[in-house]
Amino acid sequence: MNFPVLKGAAYALIQANDMVVHQGSTQTSEVRLNPDSEHLKEIHKHLRSFEDCVAYPPNQAYIGNIRPKDLNGIARPWYENPLKDATRDGKHGEMMPLDEFYGLMKAVDAFDLVLLEESFQNRVQERLLAHPAVKGWKMLEKLNKNHAQQPQLDELVAGHKAEPMYFEGKLIGCVKKAHDFDAALSEHVMFENLVSKASAAFCLQLLFSKTGITPSDVEYIIECSEEACGDMNQRGGGNFAKSIGEVCGCLNATGSDTRSFCAGPAHALVEASALVQAGIYKNVVVVAGGASAKLGLNAKDHVKKGLPVLEDCLGAFAVHIGENDGVSPVIRTDIVGRHTIGSGASPQAVMQAIVANPLDNAGVKLKDIDTFSVEMQNPEITEPAGAGDVPKANYKMIAALGVMRGDFEKADLNNVVERIAMPGFAPTQGHIPSGVPFLAHCKELMGEGKLNRAMIVGKGSLFLGRLTNLFDGVSFIVEKNSGVISGGGVDKDAVRAMIAEAMQGFAASLRAE
Amino acid sequence: MGILENKKIAILGDRDGIPGMAIEECVKTVSGTEVVFSTTECFV
Repeated sequence: MNFPVLKGAAYALIQANDMVVHQGSTQTSEVRLNPDSEHLKEIHKHLRSFEDCVAYPPNQAYIGNIRPKDLNGIARPWYENPLKDATRDGKHGEMMPLDEFYGLMKAVDAFDLVLLEESFQNRVQERLLAHPAVKGWKMLEKLNKNHAQQPQLDELVAGHKAEPMYFEGKLIGCVKKAHDFDAALSEHVMFENLVSKASAAFCLQLLFSKTGITPSDVEYIIECSEEACGDMNQRGGGNFAKSIGEVCGCLNATGSDTRSFCAGPAHALVEASALVQAGIYKNVVVVAGGASAKLGLNAKDHVKKGLPVLEDCLGAFAVHIGENDGVSPVIRTDIVGRHTIGSGASPQAVMQAIVANPLDNAGVKLKDIDTFSVEMQNPEITEPAGAGDVPKANYKMIAALGVMRGDFEKADLNNVVERIAMPGFAPTQGHIPSGVPFLAHCKELMGEGKLNRAMIVGKGSLFLGRLTNLFDGVSFIVEKNSGVISGGGVDKDAVRAMIAEAMQGFAASLRAE
Repeated sequence: MGILENKKIAILGDRDGIPGMAIEECVKTVSGTEVVFSTTECFV
């Protein structure tokens, strides 16, 4: 069987301090419920510089300058042990400051909703025209025109006609509502959707600049963020995917959006793999941008405990799935795990459904999997908020499942966790940390002969949508390429099946005689 | 479970820990309990 392959992956982080304060849902909820709170007074003192954010070790792991397991050698707290000589440019991606990103938001805005103050716009235009990845975007021409003056911005924001864009505490722009009264096109929704689109488009462009694929190669795009675009007649109608591909010049591509909360990326990658393996499309890209609402989600606890606001980055990723090239890691589409409607919601039932069942069906033992990329949230973010070390909890559950199944001895449980685990290194942006942050590292490690098989796991909290109490989860296996490509449309399995059929026919003819 | 007997129970489950519904199932095995609120929250 010719499996599809993981051709490449790219990652982006955008540090967005002012969005933490003005658009993060924890802070906007506080403004609504408790406007004089200590948290709102204190949070500004806990915001870190772009340089500190770049040098933060987990961020360097996310953009590929260090490996996730390198974090084990860096003393905690990581925010007190920045990497020396860290750069915003990464092997697998890039970190961008907020002012440049606001320029991207204006560039990708197809309906002239984004206004930037004149001097700010001129400054970021200059920077973006010199940016190695995006300088070729035709849409940067938008930064030549329609600039705003300060009184206009003040009036639009004060009149609740636009969502503010702050940089270093100063109002430098806004996103206008796209309809007088349609809630699905409000200034708030348009802001979130443009953040998602711009960060995804930036990351897709990084995929082009850091891997071999060109925009014209892409035939299908699956977008898998957690936002919804549409109007009052079809809220969530879509289609982020094509709007992102349009920015990057993917003229030969069509696409669609896939949703399942944090499990969306894993679903999308399985779908992309199926489309390639079926021969429908040769090159499929799975892409997602960041969520401004989730910035500073646990900031109350961080501020209260004297930590920096560590959830200050929008995340994005883009993954290329292509036909078997005999080199890139294969996606084992015959070992896909799924949490079914009947699986149950207990942690053990979830792990059984998405980790144990697919391996059982394929006759593969847990010990045959070298590592698991689960939900790779940075524990330094979640532990102070009382949510624990999410990846470690997942690893313990997987190892315990292995003990229950007789794959491992109980005494070996801690050793198994040690072997299969890696520290969390991704920002708490919902779908962003869910399995996918490891893919570029995975490809690299397999290329170096240091890894043979990894399971990618995505889980989603469907109950947050208040339509069902169900949980969700999907997993798939990435495996080192054997180097053998089946040719001519007939593989070994097919030949075996043809011989068996011929023998049966021959046997039947003998019986008839 | 003695501490829960004949109590009204409010449950706050964690999506990455024990979900509310799973805690609810356990609590139901204790006599005289009444689950008055149950939710599962997501912090990531």
